[in-house]
Amino acid sequence: MSTTPFRVQIIPKIKKESYLNLYRKGQRADERDFYSPRKISIQTNVLEKANGSSLVKLGNTQVMAGIKIEPGEPFFDTPDQGVLQVHAELVPLASPQFEPGPPDENSIELARVIDRSLRDPKAVDLNSLVIRPGDKVWMIWLDLYILDYDGNLFDASMLAAMAALLTAKMPEYEELETGEIKISKNISNNPIKINKKVVTVTTAKVENYILVDPNLDEEIISDTKSVIAFDEQGNIVGAQKTGMGSLSQEEIDNIINVSSSAAQVYFKLLNDALKSEVKEEKGDK
Amino acid sequence: MSTTRRVLVPGEKIEGVNISDFYVYDYKNEKRVSIIGVIDLKQEGQISYSPLNGVYLPKEGDIIIGLVTSHGVANWFLDINSPYQAILSVQDFFGSKQSNQLPEDPFKYLQIGEYVKAKIAAFDRIRNPLLTVQDKGLGKIVEGIVVSVHPTRIPRIIGKKGSMIEMLKSTTSCEFFVAVNGMIHIKCQNEQLENIASNAVKMIELQSHITGLTEKVKKFIEEERKVRGV
Amino acid sequence: MTRPQRFIDDEGKRLDGRKPDEIRPVKMQVGVLSNADGSALVEYGLTKVLAAVYGPKESQKSISLPDRASLRVRYHMAPFSTEERKNPAPSRREVELSKVLRESLEPIVITDYFPRTSIDIFIEVLQSDGGTRTVGATAASLALADAGIPMKALVAGVAIGKVDNVLIVDLNEVEDMYGDADMPIVAAPDLGQITLYQLNGVLSKEEFHNAIDMAMKVINKLVDIEKETLRNSYKEAGEE
Repeated sequence: MSTTPFRVQIIPKIKKESYLNLYRKGQRADERDFYSPRKISIQTNVLEKANGSSLVKLGNTQVMAGIKIEPGEPFFDTPDQGVLQVHAELVPLASPQFEPGPPDENSIELARVIDRSLRDPKAVDLNSLVIRPGDKVWMIWLDLYILDYDGNLFDASMLAAMAALLTAKMPEYEELETGEIKISKNISNNPIKINKKVVTVTTAKVENYILVDPNLDEEIISDTKSVIAFDEQGNIVGAQKTGMGSLSQEEIDNIINVSSSAAQVYFKLLNDALKSEVKEEKGDK
Repeated sequence: MSTTRRVLVPGEKIEGVNISDFYVYDYKNEKRVSIIGVIDLKQEGQISYSPLNGVYLPKEGDIIIGLVTSHGVANWFLDINSPYQAILSVQDFFGSKQSNQLPEDPFKYLQIGEYVKAKIAAFDRIRNPLLTVQDKGLGKIVEGIVVSVHPTRIPRIIGKKGSMIEMLKSTTSCEFFVAVNGMIHIKCQNEQLENIASNAVKMIELQSHITGLTEKVKKFIEEERKVRGV
Repeated sequence: MTRPQRFIDDEGKRLDGRKPDEIRPVKMQVGVLSNADGSALVEYGLTKVLAAVYGPKESQKSISLPDRASLRVRYHMAPFSTEERKNPAPSRREVELSKVLRESLEPIVITDYFPRTSIDIFIEVLQSDGGTRTVGATAASLALADAGIPMKALVAGVAIGKVDNVLIVDLNEVEDMYGDADMPIVAAPDLGQITLYQLNGVLSKEEFHNAIDMAMKVINKLVDIEKETLRNSYKEAGEE
């Protein structure tokens, strides 16, 4: 049962009015324009024991992604494909709004949108994850851990997911005579085969204004949010309207245009973060 | 001849001079209805909009009949056929301003499952409807029966200029009290008549759209009285 | 079920003979349940969804809002509704769809008339052949109107897909499972507002725009059918 949210943080009316006055002048409270995301930092390989990991900071929002790769059985109808499972947890320490407990509708929606945006464009090459067709494949467990909530969990989570996937390493294993797969404690140098990079762009609609990468206040005062996933070629590989308001067709067209440009900013930041990671690796050797 | 009686559905435009109604809202330059109902163009270009469905929303001053469903320390709680439970205080029921004038066990005097005729003394967005019985004719219902119909059928049971309700009273020889919240109190000389009266009311509820209903119900009551010998 | 070789034949017809912009046969009924305050049964082809509304009634204190009614929406699939029996326990998909369906109805229900109450909307998929959430939104809209809950406008939904590089309207299950895109859309044509949109799959920006165009045309027709259905069920009340 989904219920109208009843424990929403209150934004004082005066504050909301002052935000709207800024928007009328084409400005935002943190001195951004409508189309720019906040300051982003992407770190990879932050957890030594995980196969892949990342920590993304988008303004004050912080998301950690952890990847564990384990052998498992394929799904019945896809015997020649590995398995990707995406879960998200709105960890209670991230916000006074988050309560401990099983995943609620917000964390389920977050995980499923990220999952679809990776699955539909076939970003992860599941065919390359087969050990023995129909019997043993690699399971990629991608867990998104929200550590600090200041708006826009989708974009931060997608960047974290992508950064972790692109820098993850497959486990070292040996196949015993019994057919059993024995994973060693060492991690190999083999990456997961990634076919495409994907980012999501979240926009909030506040009255007639469309704001890219809303912070928490902007999310609270918004009518509704849109999350649009893009690949590097500019195709739309996922979309989700999230929140209680509504939009006209024209507003959606505008959102697609604005998001498409912002996606390029995200891709550049992602690629830059990966280049510096590669430099570090080379330096180690 | 009224050719302008039409069913409107949510989102449809309604035109007319000065329509202000709970179920009509403004959209850009138009007025639109928010609930399914019948628009009726009476004489003199007056438009009425009657909802065909929807709950009874109490108004201060309404006389209603409520069913006691529970009680607290100093109040009874009543179901008045509305989204909100109504409250009747013990003090109001006994008409006393001082608590030492109240009986020891007030809840013995009005029990769960009993009906009360009361007036809505106060109702707003912040609190549940408050009832009072301190007015002529109000209080616990001790004789007769109470029949419940959908609140939107009440106008039909009263009829144009009271024609239906007057017919019911005279044809059944019973006393009727029709409350706006869909509850009708019927008091007759015997149980058989009460049964006939109750069936007549239910018949009106189910066939409220038929023409010539007043005649039809009148015939029904007369037949029943003959058959049952009352 | 296996993946078809082709989805559109040489004459431009789909697997079930429809044209790309054609919806399946649509059936709508209201007032089908005696206990619920409002109810509706809606079918697009083989997809059958039953919706029921209870309320407004006083809400539990924990969820109560001081200035408006709460909506509680449950989207659920009956165990016998799918090809393989579905476990009745709520799945992650049902949790997500309950949320997006509630968010598709919030903009059109006039909730400030009934503070501190809740309006319960139950959407049960009796048979699933693609587009269940969009049929569910249409059924919920009818059930709300049938219950006399004040609404700004009616909504209807349809899912747009892409197969063999052609955009198609109102996907059935096969087209949904094996096609390249599934885009459910719910809108209120009388307000010119879209209250739900999602994309599963890959579309170019142009295809995305065209898909919404196609959806709005169909949704207009579906809302007209809703209005007819409501008028007919109360027809006698209008006659005199």
